[in-house]
Amino acid sequence: MITLTVNGQTRRVEAEADTPLLWVLREDLGLTGTRFGCGVAACGACTVHLDGEPARSCAIPLEAAAGAGITTIEGLPAAAGLAEGELHPVQKAWIEIQVPQCGYCQSGMIMAAAALLKANPKPSDAQIDAAITNLCRCGTYPRVRRAIRALSGQA
Amino acid sequence: MKRRTFLLGGTAVAAGGLVIGYRAWSSGFEAQAARLTAGDGGRLIAGWVRIGEDDAVTVYVPHVDMGQGTHTALAMMLAEELDADWSKVRAERAPGEKAFANRFLAQGWVLQGLELPRFLDAPVQTGFTAAARFINLQITGGSTAVRFTGQGGMRIVGAAARLMLIEAAARRWGVDAGELATRDGIVTHAKSGRAARYGELAAEAAELSVPASPPLKPRAAYRLIGTSVPRFDIPAKVTGAHLYASDIRLPGMRYAAVMAPPVHGGRLVSVDPTPAKAVKGVEQVVSFDEGIGVIAAGWWQARKGLAALKPVFADGGNGGASSASLSAEQERALAGGEGKSMHDEGDAEAVLKETGLRVLEATCHVPFLHHAAMEPMNATAQVKDGRLTVWSGEQDALGAKMKLVALSGFAAENVTLHALPVGGSFGRRVAAGGRHLDQVVRLARAAAPHPVQMIWSREEDFTQGTYRPQVASRLRAALGADGKPIAWSQAFVETPGINEAFRLPYQIPNQSIRAVPVPTHVTQGSWRSVAHTQHGFYTETFIDELAQAAARDPFEYRRDLLPAGSRHRRALEMAAEKAGWGKPLSAGRGRGIALVESFGTVVAQVIEASMEGGAPKVHRVVAAVDCGDVCHPDTATQQVEGAIVMGLGAAIAERITIEKGAVRQTNFPDYAIASMASTPPAIEVHFLRSDGPWGGLGEPGMPPVAPALANALFAATGKRARSLPLAPAMVA
Repeated sequence: MITLTVNGQTRRVEAEADTPLLWVLREDLGLTGTRFGCGVAACGACTVHLDGEPARSCAIPLEAAAGAGITTIEGLPAAAGLAEGELHPVQKAWIEIQVPQCGYCQSGMIMAAAALLKANPKPSDAQIDAAITNLCRCGTYPRVRRAIRALSGQA
Repeated sequence: MKRRTFLLGGTAVAAGGLVIGYRAWSSGFEAQAARLTAGDGGRLIAGWVRIGEDDAVTVYVPHVDMGQGTHTALAMMLAEELDADWSKVRAERAPGEKAFANRFLAQGWVLQGLELPRFLDAPVQTGFTAAARFINLQITGGSTAVRFTGQGGMRIVGAAARLMLIEAAARRWGVDAGELATRDGIVTHAKSGRAARYGELAAEAAELSVPASPPLKPRAAYRLIGTSVPRFDIPAKVTGAHLYASDIRLPGMRYAAVMAPPVHGGRLVSVDPTPAKAVKGVEQVVSFDEGIGVIAAGWWQARKGLAALKPVFADGGNGGASSASLSAEQERALAGGEGKSMHDEGDAEAVLKETGLRVLEATCHVPFLHHAAMEPMNATAQVKDGRLTVWSGEQDALGAKMKLVALSGFAAENVTLHALPVGGSFGRRVAAGGRHLDQVVRLARAAAPHPVQMIWSREEDFTQGTYRPQVASRLRAALGADGKPIAWSQAFVETPGINEAFRLPYQIPNQSIRAVPVPTHVTQGSWRSVAHTQHGFYTETFIDELAQAAARDPFEYRRDLLPAGSRHRRALEMAAEKAGWGKPLSAGRGRGIALVESFGTVVAQVIEASMEGGAPKVHRVVAAVDCGDVCHPDTATQQVEGAIVMGLGAAIAERITIEKGAVRQTNFPDYAIASMASTPPAIEVHFLRSDGPWGGLGEPGMPPVAPALANALFAATGKRARSLPLAPAMVA
């Protein structure tokens, strides 16, 4: 039995200590907005926040996540102090600019963008390139960049 | 009855009936469709559209959402003709049942005389006589949704439903239908000031017969088509709530990981299940000819169990094959074999033998490419009480269902397929490549009565793909005194299925184009834009070489080979103009141009690039697109943008290689797809509005990318690339 703090709630799970956090979120806790892409921390589809920092949950053993405050896409607005039903500014910008295509990578993309903007409210293009290493096969990168620039007043 | 003739090309598929939605084809299907969409007092009207008492308009879309925005675009096309209140319109995926078969898609191909893409070969035969069988179609692919389902189906259904609502109001009020008008979901009678909402009229309208030839709006009357309304699917995609097939959660569900023989076509010889069974959570090891599955309480446990196994596979005699051996075999076949004639005009071989002409020759190679959709292949299934239920992301829901019926031996009425949104596909999730369906049915039988969710690891996804074929082409051309080509001779390695991509847009009097079969054991399939990816590269890099040999500007050279006023020429000229063709560039940079027609759409692109640190760097891409009219400009732009990004990644560094018969690349670190950092800062998409038939948009942005980039790098460096990828050193 391992205790986790996910989206502000304490959750107890039965999974073994080496299970990647991703599978615990998706299967034990039913938080399917965090997605499996590669299993080797290469694509970023599984990006969550650990104590506010972006982290790839497919490569984080459960035991390593036990002490951290974990935020998933489902808890992103609340973690920013927003009321239930409200969207995070990054999510709003994503709708405004109509970023997603198939959408599968977008939870991770949004989590990475939210973490970047929190740490650096006005990232340069080079800083965006360095921080957003998530992969998107549909090719939404131009719109992801446009949304991040709009959010940082650089539209 | 003229309309009916138009719709079905004179075949008697709908004997005695009208072809609107499913309606006249079979009253049995009509009843089934109504049952499938029942609830809340709503009525299904004219097929594919249901109007509720609360005025909600539901459009049933027979295509899967893969991110192309077709649900919104098709609903717009129907709502435009219906004069619906857009705020009340929603789209739903039509159930994977024959009642919602997409005859309009089939008719689109038949009427336009187009050859069918490869993925349609299995369920479809060409020719009018096969039209009746087309009705089983419900496929997403070939960039068909808007141009066939939308133009041939949704608009007509919307217009018919509108006339039925008007007729219902006319009867209710005892007035002439000609005195009634519609707007925003309301029928009005100006003379008497009466008005009725569509929801109030739906029940009466549903009893009326469907009009045979509803007139469609002229372009000037559009209110929705041509606007960029917010897409339906996006809000749920930014909150994580959009459910993909692998997000399905069922009571008692187990998880499974699978492994197929690494050499395609191989067989499992033996496996000792003991090590997997020692892993906590593992319940069963299921072995069969084509692989092994491990069923466990959780997917990670299943994966650990699978990794503990040491299976012995037979390689089917292909364990010595490699990409290099396949290339060598293809070169030999192209140099020696005549192949079968695909197109002949004049006598190209005789001209090429004439003395005194300038003759050029090139052989081009392209590698296997993987779809690498972000959602790995997966499916969920349950066998219970004599029924098979499957949840899966499928481009061809009816084809997948038919496959499941054949695989399971259950009667069709005992098989249900829930076709769910897919996290990318690009041609991967068509029924013909449906090994995942075979696997999940075996696993569901083993796990019965529990449902089981099978997910391929990314490694399995990479190594068990249905790849864009590794192929090659040998091209020869002779130039006349004015530098223009007077003969073009080409042999290319044949790919499975029908191919129209070799056709040249250019006026060349003598042409001989042949296909040469070179079999491979590697599984091949349809990859975004299908054969156009390789043929665009062959044709457009070689024509560039001809321009160079003729000492002509590559844009002007192409332009002068195209008929004045043609769609091709206009697109080429627009791309050149918007890109500032001919204007000075900074040192080290070059511009390249390419022109490809595919899926009814003509696309010309100009790419500006340089070599930096041994790798291509793309600075700007300008696309000119003629797809006839544009339904949703923002989505249309996004489709072309996305195809350019994906196409650049593929052209620069994507390559699946075969070693010892098996795929070498196993995950993203071995296979560099486009990234944020590699995406050029400027991608500009321009549409030419033409009165040509509506073309597709999911694929046509892709084929010009690789040749335009290769030609730009030639302009920048003087080195001519004849093989893809352009930077092979960048990948494993």
